[in-house]
Amino acid sequence: MSILELTALELGRKIKSGEVAVLEAVKASLDQIRKKEPAIHAYVTVDEQRAVKAAETVQKMIDNKMLTGPLAGVPVAVKDNLCTKDLLTTCSSNILYNFVPGYTAEAVSNLEKAGAVILGKTNMDEFAMGSTTETSAFGVTRNPWNPDHVPGGSSGGSCAAVASNECFYALGSDTGGSIRQPSSFCGVTGIKPTYGTVSRYGLIAYGSSLDQVGPIGKNVSDCAAVLEVISSYDKKDSTSVPRKDLDFTSALVNDVKGLRIGIPRDYLGEGLDDEVRQAVLDGAQTLKERGAVVEEFDLSLVEYAIPAYYVIASAEASSNLSRFDGVKYGLRAKEYEGLHQMYKKSRSEGFGPEVKRRIMLGAFVLSSGYYDAYYLKALRTKALIKQAFDKAFAEYDVILGPAAPTTAPRLGESLKDPLKMYLGDIYTISVNLAGLPAMTVPCGTDKRGLPIGLQLIGDCFQEKKIIRAGYTFEQTREGK
Amino acid sequence: MSRQYETVIGLEVHVELATKTKIFCGCSTEFGGAPNTHTCPVCTGMPGSLPVLNRQVVEYALAVGLAANCQINQYCKFDRKNYFYPDNPQNYQISQLYLPICHDGWVEIETAGGKKKIGIHEIHMEEDAGKLIHDEWENCSLVDFNRSGVPLIEIVSEPDMRTADEVIAYLEKLRMMIQYLGASDCKLQEGSMRADVNLSVREAGSPQFGTRTEMKNLNSFKAIARAIEGERKRQIELIEEGKKVIQETRRWDDNKEFSYAMRSKEDAQDYRYFPDPDLTPVVISDEWLEEIRNRQPELQPEKLKRYQEEFKLPEYDAKILTSSKHMADMFEETIAICGKPKEVSNWMMVEAMRLLKEHEQDPENMAFSPGNLAKLIDLVDKGIINRTVAKTVFEEIFARDADPEAYVEEKGLKIVNDEEALRKTVMQVLEANPQSVADYRGGKEKAMGFLVGQTMRAMKGKADPAMVNKIVKELLTKMI
Repeated sequence: MSILELTALELGRKIKSGEVAVLEAVKASLDQIRKKEPAIHAYVTVDEQRAVKAAETVQKMIDNKMLTGPLAGVPVAVKDNLCTKDLLTTCSSNILYNFVPGYTAEAVSNLEKAGAVILGKTNMDEFAMGSTTETSAFGVTRNPWNPDHVPGGSSGGSCAAVASNECFYALGSDTGGSIRQPSSFCGVTGIKPTYGTVSRYGLIAYGSSLDQVGPIGKNVSDCAAVLEVISSYDKKDSTSVPRKDLDFTSALVNDVKGLRIGIPRDYLGEGLDDEVRQAVLDGAQTLKERGAVVEEFDLSLVEYAIPAYYVIASAEASSNLSRFDGVKYGLRAKEYEGLHQMYKKSRSEGFGPEVKRRIMLGAFVLSSGYYDAYYLKALRTKALIKQAFDKAFAEYDVILGPAAPTTAPRLGESLKDPLKMYLGDIYTISVNLAGLPAMTVPCGTDKRGLPIGLQLIGDCFQEKKIIRAGYTFEQTREGK
Repeated sequence: MSRQYETVIGLEVHVELATKTKIFCGCSTEFGGAPNTHTCPVCTGMPGSLPVLNRQVVEYALAVGLAANCQINQYCKFDRKNYFYPDNPQNYQISQLYLPICHDGWVEIETAGGKKKIGIHEIHMEEDAGKLIHDEWENCSLVDFNRSGVPLIEIVSEPDMRTADEVIAYLEKLRMMIQYLGASDCKLQEGSMRADVNLSVREAGSPQFGTRTEMKNLNSFKAIARAIEGERKRQIELIEEGKKVIQETRRWDDNKEFSYAMRSKEDAQDYRYFPDPDLTPVVISDEWLEEIRNRQPELQPEKLKRYQEEFKLPEYDAKILTSSKHMADMFEETIAICGKPKEVSNWMMVEAMRLLKEHEQDPENMAFSPGNLAKLIDLVDKGIINRTVAKTVFEEIFARDADPEAYVEEKGLKIVNDEEALRKTVMQVLEANPQSVADYRGGKEKAMGFLVGQTMRAMKGKADPAMVNKIVKELLTKMI
């Protein structure tokens, strides 16, 4: 069996025992990247030299017992919206085509302290705006299961890299489903933690009140272990929450007896692909057979999540992205006359159409006279959605549903109709609006052989419940 | 001008707070420093950086709000004010619009017209911008972010002022109050206190306000007074000519004593304010507020009362001494060394104030050590120098903090008590002024004063006047 087939934790154990050298694992990954990238294009940047150098340093620290954690020496891919010191960080946008940060995002820094070796930065929808990774300024990423299909997005590069063994695990970010939906499309596992669990410091913001960094891996155990490492209370992030229950791997328990699982009927209705519906219901049945109490219920307000999300996320984005102006870093138009034109040309040339669309939408909903009608109303809707979840979590430990209405669409299909693309976020978006943790685990494939993901949603700070449910589900499937 | 007009003025005063570090990062607020040396990813608007509120800023804002009799919003928020300008690295300023920290207060002012309360509409916290420097040589603009993120409070008054005198009295009151609180040094010239004047005129007795203009770039009390006069005239002239006052922002040119329009309301920007999602609401507990309340230092009205009671100073003297926190501090430090409050008060009120006026300086500029003033008082008290000499010594103390003992020694300014030497000088004076001697003997007693004066002059003021008097009289009598 090739090293590449190992999970992150399996590799970590072999490195610790001396069976596999860190450099060996890194070189295996780099070879795989060279082999796969022409077809997949999961990465924006691969830094071989840096990875090899880090491998040597980490190996020494492991040998000296200075690094003893389960992820020490395991190669990782990082989404290109997380700042990495001295390593190009583009957000897959022309406007940051040359941006090399002077600092490292807290989540990445936590990983590095645990001995992770960064292979490179993964492709994404430009500024995380999109559901297919097709809005990247540097070319599309293809789904490793079928190159004619998209990997999903916006963390499509990270999910494709994991699915094609071009890394052992990856970091993604999730603003409206950007970890869970591509995980579903690529047949990998991904967790979006409770808002405030992973520091946003160094994550280039899209929708600040919704963004969370999370792990993408080959299975639930890997994701729990990575989440345990990247989570921390960070004084540099005012929205960071101090938590004492970050021992997520303690929830890797193969047992769901008595766990109450609710399936929102609203998540099974019109628009949901039949094969996806069946796979999700089969997944629920599996958990029921293992002793969980499973029932359907009405969540309500689901149809309001998408408009509320696009108003809030776009509003925040329009302001967050205003710093990209050609003055301090990134792209500046070559020819311009005066300040106003410099701004206009730099931003016109630097941003792609989807980003422009959301900036304009966001600027519009915040403008004088519309603020109350759109932005404030969206905030109120957000509060009501949170209330609906609170009510549901009074009854259930975990909410179960699909991660996306369909399996991965073909390349080029989604961008033709942005509204339809936005509707594809229906099962993931309310989780961000309510700040909840949620996970995608693979639960089957459709007739074309494309993966289907099962989404498990927990109440705030209840990652352990979804990890336990996901782990039990995964163990049962493996046994089958 | 046949009709009578009333001027209506409201002020927006920006005050730079005296915190050691910036409002949202740990960078130094120190003035000066090579460009872009007091900066970090946060205050230069780097991607992925996040603001963290400086607690001291809230405490200073609360202290000012309490002193200005404000209501406190114990749940307040920061909002983003979106506009593009290169001195504003994020292209939004973090400020407070919807829930400012303080509102609905007042301060009392006193002018020749009597006492009056000026309403405070609100006080909010915000960040300062960087500085643009135009390089004529290279024909480009450079930006220095050292000031970017320096904390400010903006104090917005009600339109309660009617004359330039009231405006100056209000500003002096604010400055004194804030200096007493230690929240800022409030130096207009250095920009740590800046005032924008909103002014309109209306026919006396009219219940409605006229159209107002906002004037910026006012950096001294004199400029403010001139700008108010200029703008009042300009608006009345427009009305008299049957023209309309346009609501606009005007820039005052104090050299030309003229204001010109910067932008009108029509092209006023839409700042698209919305709550900053990177900052959590500021919750001010009852305990915290109480702590600030208890920590409030003795303010001017209490100090004024105490000086009259404790030091038995006349109200007029106490008022002058307490009009500047710095002067009051120097007064108290001096009497802590040498006692004699009345004596110390006289030196400060008469000599120090005279010299300040001569040099067109504020009491804040007094920089001599209280110890030197105490020594001077001691020298006079012990009869080592006389009062005339003491005044010149004080000038040296005032100008360059001279040590009075060393100075008196060096310049040989001690009182001459040597009777023989004095007698010799008096003899010479009498011989040189036979006419005066004759006058005295002829019954003109006044002539003696002249002779004493001549002797003092010959002794360069160092003689003990009582002794000179005695000897002159003795010799005049003897020679009869």
